[in-house]
Amino acid sequence: MTVRRRASGPRRILHPLAWWLWALGLAVAAFRTTNPLLLVLIATVTCLVVVLCRSDAPWSRSLGLFLRLGVLVIVIRVVIQIVFGNRLPGHVWFTLPSVELPSWAQGVSIGGPVTAEAVVSSFLLGLRLAVILVCFGAANSLASPYRLLRCLPSVLYETGVAVTVALAFAPELVISIQAVREARRLRGRPVRGLAGVRGLAVPVLESALDRSLQLASAMDSRGYGRNRKLSAAQRRLTTMVTAAGLLLVVAGVYGVLAPGSLPLSGLPFVALGAAGIVVGLVLSGRRSIRTRYRPDVWGGPEWITAVSAVIAVVAYTLGSRFGTGGLTYSAYPLAWPTLPLVPMLGTLAGFLPALVAPVPDRPRRLPRTGSGPRREDDRGSRTGTASVPTASLPTASLSTGSTPVDPLLAPRPPVVGPAPDAIPAAADPATGIPVTGNVPSVRSEAVR
Amino acid sequence: MIRFDEVSFTYVDAPAPTLERVNLSIEEGELCLVIGETGRGKTTLLRAINGLVPHFTGGRLTGRVTVDGRSTADHAPRDLADLVGVVGQNPSASFVTDVVEDELAYTMENLGLAPSVMRRRVEDTLDLLGLHEVRNRPLMTLSGGQQQRVAIGAVLTASPKVLVLDEPTSALDPAAAEEVLAALTRLVHDVGLTVVLAEHRLERVVPFADRIIQVPGQGRSLVTGSSAEVMATSTVAPPIVELARLAHWHPLPLSVRDARRQAEPLRDRLAGCRPPGIPPRPESSPRAVSERLVVEYPAVRAISDVSLEVFSGEIVALMGRNGSGKSTLLAQWAGLGRPTGGRVRVNGQDPHRLAPKELIKQVGLVPQDAGLLLYGETVADECVTADRETGLAPGTTGRLLARILAGVPADHHPRDLSEGQRLALALAVIMAPGPGLLLLDEPTRGLDYPSKERLVELLVEWAGDGHSIVMATHDVELVARVATRAVVLAEGEVVADGPAREVVCDSPVFSPQVAKVLAPEPWLTVDEVAEALGVLA
Repeated sequence: MTVRRRASGPRRILHPLAWWLWALGLAVAAFRTTNPLLLVLIATVTCLVVVLCRSDAPWSRSLGLFLRLGVLVIVIRVVIQIVFGNRLPGHVWFTLPSVELPSWAQGVSIGGPVTAEAVVSSFLLGLRLAVILVCFGAANSLASPYRLLRCLPSVLYETGVAVTVALAFAPELVISIQAVREARRLRGRPVRGLAGVRGLAVPVLESALDRSLQLASAMDSRGYGRNRKLSAAQRRLTTMVTAAGLLLVVAGVYGVLAPGSLPLSGLPFVALGAAGIVVGLVLSGRRSIRTRYRPDVWGGPEWITAVSAVIAVVAYTLGSRFGTGGLTYSAYPLAWPTLPLVPMLGTLAGFLPALVAPVPDRPRRLPRTGSGPRREDDRGSRTGTASVPTASLPTASLSTGSTPVDPLLAPRPPVVGPAPDAIPAAADPATGIPVTGNVPSVRSEAVR
Repeated sequence: MIRFDEVSFTYVDAPAPTLERVNLSIEEGELCLVIGETGRGKTTLLRAINGLVPHFTGGRLTGRVTVDGRSTADHAPRDLADLVGVVGQNPSASFVTDVVEDELAYTMENLGLAPSVMRRRVEDTLDLLGLHEVRNRPLMTLSGGQQQRVAIGAVLTASPKVLVLDEPTSALDPAAAEEVLAALTRLVHDVGLTVVLAEHRLERVVPFADRIIQVPGQGRSLVTGSSAEVMATSTVAPPIVELARLAHWHPLPLSVRDARRQAEPLRDRLAGCRPPGIPPRPESSPRAVSERLVVEYPAVRAISDVSLEVFSGEIVALMGRNGSGKSTLLAQWAGLGRPTGGRVRVNGQDPHRLAPKELIKQVGLVPQDAGLLLYGETVADECVTADRETGLAPGTTGRLLARILAGVPADHHPRDLSEGQRLALALAVIMAPGPGLLLLDEPTRGLDYPSKERLVELLVEWAGDGHSIVMATHDVELVARVATRAVVLAEGEVVADGPAREVVCDSPVFSPQVAKVLAPEPWLTVDEVAEALGVLA
């Protein structure tokens, strides 16, 4: 982590879309294989990139959650196979007592002989799902859903917000579960086991509901959903185009499903309908007045990251198309899997982003005391600002008063990082927020 | 700027209107303070200004609310977003984005401002509120004070003409509160911003207010007037006003400077008597101990090398800025989380190793959000469950609650109680098993004056019974009234530890108003002064 700081500017972080594409690419690759070696390789590359590139933000710890979820998926998969699974032939490990089921439940079996082959196959299917989960966990850790939302075209923005709020629910939930668990301990109630879980659910859901209501009201009062008024004609046009597009798509799908009912098996209808829907969306997007603050940049590192995803997908697709073999692992016969070259190289390409992605600012590690990422001390930042020559904040006078200087009040140099850049002094004509000038001194005496 | 014409408002299913025939007019460039007990309609009044009441809450509003000529009847809150900025009680619950800079830009994005304008305003606001160093930080990792300032900044960037704030300083340490208020005053004076804010900590805001609106609730009409007029008759008043009433000062001083000018005769009268002495430290083995305690979070040292002993009968105030490690220290004593280094002991035992049932007989912690402790459907249900779970005789908790605060409605959901009632209920369930060590995290946040009075009485009574009480608080007036000892933390280290009177009078940030007025003599409260004068007479 000492190598790369090729990014310029204070806030260069990799475009969230690039991270999601990268994760998607690796997930697609994982989906195309059951070779345990390849799956483990994909998971390793993903985790390594996350560890090297993530910031210290709270969401960047979500990978751990997804890893645990992955293990859970594997365990469930294997247990279900052992208890209910099809009785596949092979080397019998052990035999569970089997249960006779009535005739209507044919096809389902409980218990019976458990073969190594059956366990291995179900383990591999579970592993594949787990690796796909890890890929999405990685995307979550590297680019928060909020940032992804910012890239959506304005037409989809409002839908996007709904999705993001839903996604943000998960980390909120973790925080609120933590708080409720602590509170339960303070009340001397069990925090583990079934009783613990039951006691958690209600308060956690309550606080989640509370929070979503507060969030909704905050968003409303901060102008979310403000639209330009469209003329009646424009609105009618938008509705008609969208409705016609939807109808065409429905007709087209019918044509596809029932061949011969429509010319060219309905595909032109689907295409035309889809175009109509897109036009409708674009037209309704004109209502949006939303602008974007410092949009994410798409540059070289983003291209390389996206290309690495494409390489991975292509390598796995080629692998299965041209039968280089080794992509699918069969448990018959049980043997050590081989590592096919092309997919392996494709997977390793997934490591490219770690070499090019700008590393977000990470605070220095302990044992430095003082301001860190959690609960940074207010005064640290306050003194920092007081040292900006142009912004003389009112309380800066606190420490220069005639009162004996208290250790608490003495300005302290900022603990972490360089002195803040001087900001050009100017009163924004639009905000009128002045950056220079002193506070009217009338009322600052209350401090002393 | 803001006009209320004959406004009445009734919540859905509410038996009586919350606001009744309110007539109000707030002019441009006023800093207007809204006071009143909790549950009397302060928040409703504030939220009616931008139409959240009734557009968002439901209920029936009659009359007319206009802001800068726009009526809330035909403008939804979002259509007023360029005109009115609203900051709620709990800033962290209202964050829409995840990073400071994005949060500051969010409203402007919705308003469709040009990127260059947004960029400049964000920079200006970062400077104005001292947020420059945290601009790229995730909001979740900020301290309470920083979050509050981000929330204010996030509405300021849209350059609204009206700013509405609900308890903007209740989560802040005294210096940070001062800073936020000074920034607001500056906006009021320089750009004619109209500010309406509700606050319980009058001692902090009254000096800044041009006008006060008192919401008496229960259908009585609002009392409005200049700060001095309202304060002259108000039942709730900051210590400085109470001192002025005691000493018959005219005109009524609202700031420390005004009071000091008139305080000369009072200081002379008091010259003959000494403030109450410092009580001797109790002679007993310490109840709670931390020895060279170190607590580290992934990349920050929250507590470094703290050694403290708390004796029975002591009321210790833990003070310090937001994020100085107060809550972490309390959590350690309550057995939440393991220390990184050193050790904590409560009654000689490691609280982390105690079983929950055993722990609650030794330590009780009331967190900042007391509601977290309560899960019952009703107050009565909560008390019954508490008795059953802790193996107490049925009715113990209920009786304790009645003694702490009479008249908590037994059939209400804990969520629907007022802040003071909720704290009372939380105290009852925590104190019922009889823990010798009571830890309170910001107990007066959101409490109105009557509730605070009751809390003070209780703390004094419990300390008298031999309980040890440790409270993390920013409320210097509370410290002045009850604390026997004050410990100041900074960056996880103890920077001052001693008798409360000495510690708070030493520091201009932590000294209460009475001490500031009567310095250099260390008088802390109006009651002490009254008693001394009584002795003289």
